[in-house]
Amino acid sequence: MKFLSALFLTALLSIATCLYLPWWAIAIVAFLVAVAIPLKPFASFFAGFAALFLAWGSLAWFISSNNQHLLAHKVSLLIISADSPYILILLTALIGAVVAGFAALSGSYLRKN
Amino acid sequence: MKLLPSIISATIATTFVVVLNTKILLPAPLGKLLSPQHGIWQNAENANQDFSADLKFPQLKGKVEAYLDERLVPHIFAEQESDVFFVQGYIHAKFRLWQMELQTHAAAGRASEIIGAKALAHDREFRRLGMTYAAEIALKEMESDPETKATCDAYTNGVNAYINSLTESHLPIEYKLIGYKPEQWSNLKTALFLKYMAYDLSGNDDDFEMTNAKNYFSKEDFDLLYPQKQDSLDPIIPQGTIYPSPKVAIQLPATADSLYLNSTTLLALQKQKPDRNNGSNNWAVSAKKTKSGAPILCNDPHLGLNLPSLWFEMQLSTPSYNAYGATFPGAPYVIIGYNDFCAFGFTNGGRDVKEYYKIKFKDDTRKEYWFNNEWKQTQFRVENFKVKDSLNYIDSVAYTVFGPVMYDKSFSGGTAPNNTYYALTWTSHAPSNELKIFQQLNRAKNYADYSQAVLALHTPGQNCAFACKDGDIAIRTQGEWPAKWKGQGDFVMPGTDSSFMWQAMIPMDETPFQYNPERGFISSANQKPADTSYPYYLGRNYPPYRGLIVNRKLAAMENITAEDMMAMQTSNYDVFAEAARPVFLKNIHDSLLTADEKKYLDILNNWDLNNELDSKGATVFNTVWDYFEKVVFDDEFANAPAVIIRPFESSLLDGILRDSAYKFVDNITTPQRETLADAVTTAFAKATVDLKKAEAAGKLTWGKSKATRINHLGKITPFSQTDLLAGGGKHCINATRTTHGPSWRMIVELTATTKAYGVYPGGQSGNPGSKFYDNFINQWVQGKYYPLWMMTKGEANNKKVKWTMQFAKS
Repeated sequence: MKFLSALFLTALLSIATCLYLPWWAIAIVAFLVAVAIPLKPFASFFAGFAALFLAWGSLAWFISSNNQHLLAHKVSLLIISADSPYILILLTALIGAVVAGFAALSGSYLRKN
Repeated sequence: MKLLPSIISATIATTFVVVLNTKILLPAPLGKLLSPQHGIWQNAENANQDFSADLKFPQLKGKVEAYLDERLVPHIFAEQESDVFFVQGYIHAKFRLWQMELQTHAAAGRASEIIGAKALAHDREFRRLGMTYAAEIALKEMESDPETKATCDAYTNGVNAYINSLTESHLPIEYKLIGYKPEQWSNLKTALFLKYMAYDLSGNDDDFEMTNAKNYFSKEDFDLLYPQKQDSLDPIIPQGTIYPSPKVAIQLPATADSLYLNSTTLLALQKQKPDRNNGSNNWAVSAKKTKSGAPILCNDPHLGLNLPSLWFEMQLSTPSYNAYGATFPGAPYVIIGYNDFCAFGFTNGGRDVKEYYKIKFKDDTRKEYWFNNEWKQTQFRVENFKVKDSLNYIDSVAYTVFGPVMYDKSFSGGTAPNNTYYALTWTSHAPSNELKIFQQLNRAKNYADYSQAVLALHTPGQNCAFACKDGDIAIRTQGEWPAKWKGQGDFVMPGTDSSFMWQAMIPMDETPFQYNPERGFISSANQKPADTSYPYYLGRNYPPYRGLIVNRKLAAMENITAEDMMAMQTSNYDVFAEAARPVFLKNIHDSLLTADEKKYLDILNNWDLNNELDSKGATVFNTVWDYFEKVVFDDEFANAPAVIIRPFESSLLDGILRDSAYKFVDNITTPQRETLADAVTTAFAKATVDLKKAEAAGKLTWGKSKATRINHLGKITPFSQTDLLAGGGKHCINATRTTHGPSWRMIVELTATTKAYGVYPGGQSGNPGSKFYDNFINQWVQGKYYPLWMMTKGEANNKKVKWTMQFAKS
């Protein structure tokens, strides 16, 4: 239950702060949620990781399918030299997830006693 | 708490953020770029994007509606005239901001601010050409006209209103990928854009190359290779036209023979050039030749094909006029289009308006130069280059009475010329208001208005076509043209006195023109404006072939419909091949041909002379001709200086048509005398090697061989469209080549309710993530058109209107 709260809180607050702040605000959000909601370190990491994996992954997927993947086809060729919208979406999700995961882990260790 | 693991995790997280936010480790800041709320995903336009909006700005004087149709063409209605230009600026910026900035940065020699040191050579060249200098002079002239100033101010305010509304996440994708932000627009940037077009259209010259050719070859050979007359010329203003005696008497300089025509020093300069094929077709047919009894005007400008396109379709409506056509993002007004009374279009004039003068400096300081028997002071213009990721670069350019000393010890375009200095005179440096002609044409109602409007056209000079609902058609080969003596400006000229300078400009009323000619049509396709009976020197090198086929077709047509004009504008018939092929077929050693060569000869023989996309004959002909040119001339040019121009295409064709004993078919490196048949046979053998390879790779058909492509302006390949299967070619009316071709096709039938058609190879949106980015390309490739809609205010509920942008004063 705490795990799910941490996950959803991280996801929602990340999206909210990114309306006004640069993308790396997700690290600050993940860190603060992990400090506020006590979990074992690995659980915190996974909550942060999964939160952004889902948030960024589904946002990117939603935007891209509304765009009929027009841009993703082109940008994936540019960034990963392969025409694959889905890999680009996966990469997006992983980037957010990794940053948030380690930030959450840091917060969890800070709280741990 | 466990402090150390916390710090370690925080460090890992921070490292990821830094790496993903900068280019320290990765080639791009992937975190920033792939963040769904900030990066490229924000440019992935919803397929059902709603473009309607309700916008308020303090600079507007009244209400403006922009109705966007299903092709995203805005139809703008304003109560106050300057408001229409505010909204034009806003919408140009909304859809094409990045392109506008890039083009004006390139024109201003500021590309290195965006892409770094690799653009510095380009930037130095453009500033030394005097591009920014010319734009500043033009701006002063433009702003001295109250109406032009008001229009430019409104346009600039509109562009800036859009820029200021942008958040980082809504920047066009190229800003995110390259990593910079837009700056404010200004009237100077509009002037720079116009100078960019002036460069594209009047910036080509071969003065250094021709000088080297003249100094390398004997006079007899030079005159054969680069003749002043073209046999196949059908001039814009027909042969036999009587020209009045010239009002300006031009003096040949006393030293012309010794210092100019017969000098022998060779020069070693290399420079950037605009594409010499920048040109176009236009024509208008009179009421008596059309089925509807109304004149029809057609225009297709030929320029480099890029995405986003140079052109943007728009309608501008004020209480006093309605204009529709292709506009330039970066400048106000409709450029090629029509209004409720008439239609107008342009082809490039192509005359040489750029001269180089050899300067004698007193010393390396360049502070004084020898002119008219005394040392004169130069003026220095210091150009400062802010190079991205590098130190500022300072370049000081000396200005003389001729213009900027473009080439000096520190800048020679690549190779050091040993203490030689060249100043540039270019009509683009003289004050002019390039917007005035469009200002007046957009609201012109008749021939008198058109005649008045074209007087404002200075540089680049254009062949201005006109047709009106009252039945008038006309063409003027208009511009600020120097009145030259025969041969003036073909070569680099001495700059130690005034005798080689332009003595006068051709008076406006001595411009070759036609008005309601007996033959029932006017036309131009970049050929020479007039024949040799015209009293001023027009230069040498013009493309004569498209003009031939345009005039032949128009002369033969009657009861012309708009569909006839579409078929003509997209005609792939090759009139050059029509003349050259018989020479090849008649002069080849059949018995010496291999089986493969015979096969291709058969294809050539059976070809219908159309450069259709599935034609094999077109590929065979073009390959053989290319090799034929090399076989004929490579030996003569083997030891020529590197900076030289090969003979005009028309020189070779005219030469072999006139006389099969054409001097240059002999290979001077061999003891025997080769004949025309030898040269053709050799060319055929070499061509066959390429043709076999092409055939094996499935690329023998013309469309595949030509591989037309439309490149993204920033050369980002996934944003380009490649391997388009299109017909056409250099000598066809459909002048579609690999990266160059009809950038806009327009046909306007001036019936009571105008019927107009148009298409360009691109899309209204400059966003590669939009479905409107390149949605016109298919139509263009297939030679089809869209009907153009001149909307009336009462049609706001027409189902063609998809979105409405409301603008009001705040």
